[in-house]
Amino acid sequence: MAKIVKLISKNCGKIIPGSVEDYVKAGGYKGLKKAMKMDPKEIIEEVKKSGLMGRGGAGYPTGKKWEQAYANSRKPEYVVCNGDEGEPGTYKDRLILSQDPLRLIEGMTIAAYVFNIKEGYIYVRGEYLDLQETINSAIKNAEEANYLGENILGSDFSFHINVVWGAGAYVCGENTALLESIEGKSGRPRKKPPFLTLVGLHQAPTLLQNVETYSNISYIVEHGGEEYHSYGTEYSGGTKLVCLSGNIAKKGVYEIPFGTPIREIIYEIGGGIPGGRNLKFVQLGGSSGACFKDEKLDTPMCYKALQDNGLKLGSGALLVIDDSNCVIDFLKCITEFFIHESCGKCTPCREGNTRLLELLDKFSKGKAEKEDIDRLCEISGLMKRASFCGLGQAATTALADCIKYMKDEFLEHVDGHCRAGVCSMSGKEER
Amino acid sequence: MNGTPLVTKVKEIIDKYNGSQERLIQILLDLQKESGQNYLPEDCIEEVSSILDMPLGKVFEVATFYSMFNNEPKGRYVIEVCKSAPCHVTGSKNVAKMFEDALNIKMGETTSDNMFTLQYSSCFGGCDVSPAIKINEIIYGNLTMEKINEIIDMYRRK
Repeated sequence: MAKIVKLISKNCGKIIPGSVEDYVKAGGYKGLKKAMKMDPKEIIEEVKKSGLMGRGGAGYPTGKKWEQAYANSRKPEYVVCNGDEGEPGTYKDRLILSQDPLRLIEGMTIAAYVFNIKEGYIYVRGEYLDLQETINSAIKNAEEANYLGENILGSDFSFHINVVWGAGAYVCGENTALLESIEGKSGRPRKKPPFLTLVGLHQAPTLLQNVETYSNISYIVEHGGEEYHSYGTEYSGGTKLVCLSGNIAKKGVYEIPFGTPIREIIYEIGGGIPGGRNLKFVQLGGSSGACFKDEKLDTPMCYKALQDNGLKLGSGALLVIDDSNCVIDFLKCITEFFIHESCGKCTPCREGNTRLLELLDKFSKGKAEKEDIDRLCEISGLMKRASFCGLGQAATTALADCIKYMKDEFLEHVDGHCRAGVCSMSGKEER
Repeated sequence: MNGTPLVTKVKEIIDKYNGSQERLIQILLDLQKESGQNYLPEDCIEEVSSILDMPLGKVFEVATFYSMFNNEPKGRYVIEVCKSAPCHVTGSKNVAKMFEDALNIKMGETTSDNMFTLQYSSCFGGCDVSPAIKINEIIYGNLTMEKINEIIDMYRRK
């Protein structure tokens, strides 16, 4: 039986968001107090033991990142939080930011303590501007209670947090583009290397993590890395916030221990597919994520098991698509998204997505020929290899998977038939 | 393009951010909100460029890069219908159609009284109530025609 474990979401809906009094009453700030009695290296050791991986999508081990940053001759000078979750179907950071922002702030403060950093930034997507008041009041309250600001808890350690708002750009979720945006520029990705722990914000070494990643830190410090790790699997420590969306009964954000099979998440936690419909396929990790059918549903949510099955956890968004949908129509929707969100810097991404949509449109109008499937594969492969940043490289993940698993439907469209009855097939006669 | 009252507020907003070039996006967000028509008038962008002492092209680049910035006047309330995958598979097209019928305009258009602009948007994280819409900063979901009419009435009365 699938279970929900609330390590970092336990306060959500239970306390007044941003109230220090409530947060402390619920056990908050124990992590920071403990951390400030520890040696920074010990804290890094606990984070390593926790098996925590970056929750933004890339899944880089957090402890390893901290250890490497600590070993550099010039240590990070900024703590930056990526709150630009733009992967369609992802709204887990919104849960933390709106319901328990102090958990994020405490996590960032511990990170700042480890590297003795004075200044931090929370970058939040402009689409969440309704949370402005909540986040600002959380920071103000933490400062007033001396958990943030000058001489935190009477020590020599001082740390300030600034909030920066985005203005609508999916690409700013890419870490280097996000820093460009914090600097007030348009969010076009930088060349990597150098990596951010060497050259980041204002060209200074920078520690950058996702909202959910920081939000795990206080628990790890308070309870120890091993205990945190024990909730998950050997390769994936702790819990993950998963976001259920699409054709599923109980849409929402749920905290699940790593190792839970995807099938249990969909059918037990999510209540299955409503309206007597059947599962067509699932997309994991947002619009840049992999698509798969029923055969892979027993894969446990775990970085290693997913990887072994050719999947990636990404942001933790689980989009369920039922059989009333057409695969071509779905891919057109995904491709339109990437056309809109491509920053235009590199040609493969800027042009590739547009050409893909033209081809997909031929399928939906019944004007496609069999060779158009090869053309889709060719462009998709090129974009994957030659795009400048992750946006273009991952834009065709869904397309490649759908051709792999649902080629019969592409062929049906070539024959002028859409089994879901979604596509217009309006150009069929012209052929 | 002189005479928009908004232009006189540019200095005030920039001062709030200590005249920092780095806060350009925040300045433009505040300006757009202040405009009442959800857009950045050209003379205001010129004023920002002059006060911040930044090349006009740089300010325009930012004002056109981010999708939340509009360069043409919009309605007082911008109704954004999410068309990303989670909302698409749960029927965002029907929601768009219902709003078109209720407001008697097409997607991308503004009502003649300048109250509402109807447009599509990328995902804004309302997936738990999909198909979702956002009116200025507030998300609404699980929509029916009846609920849509109620929402529109509520905003008209504001």
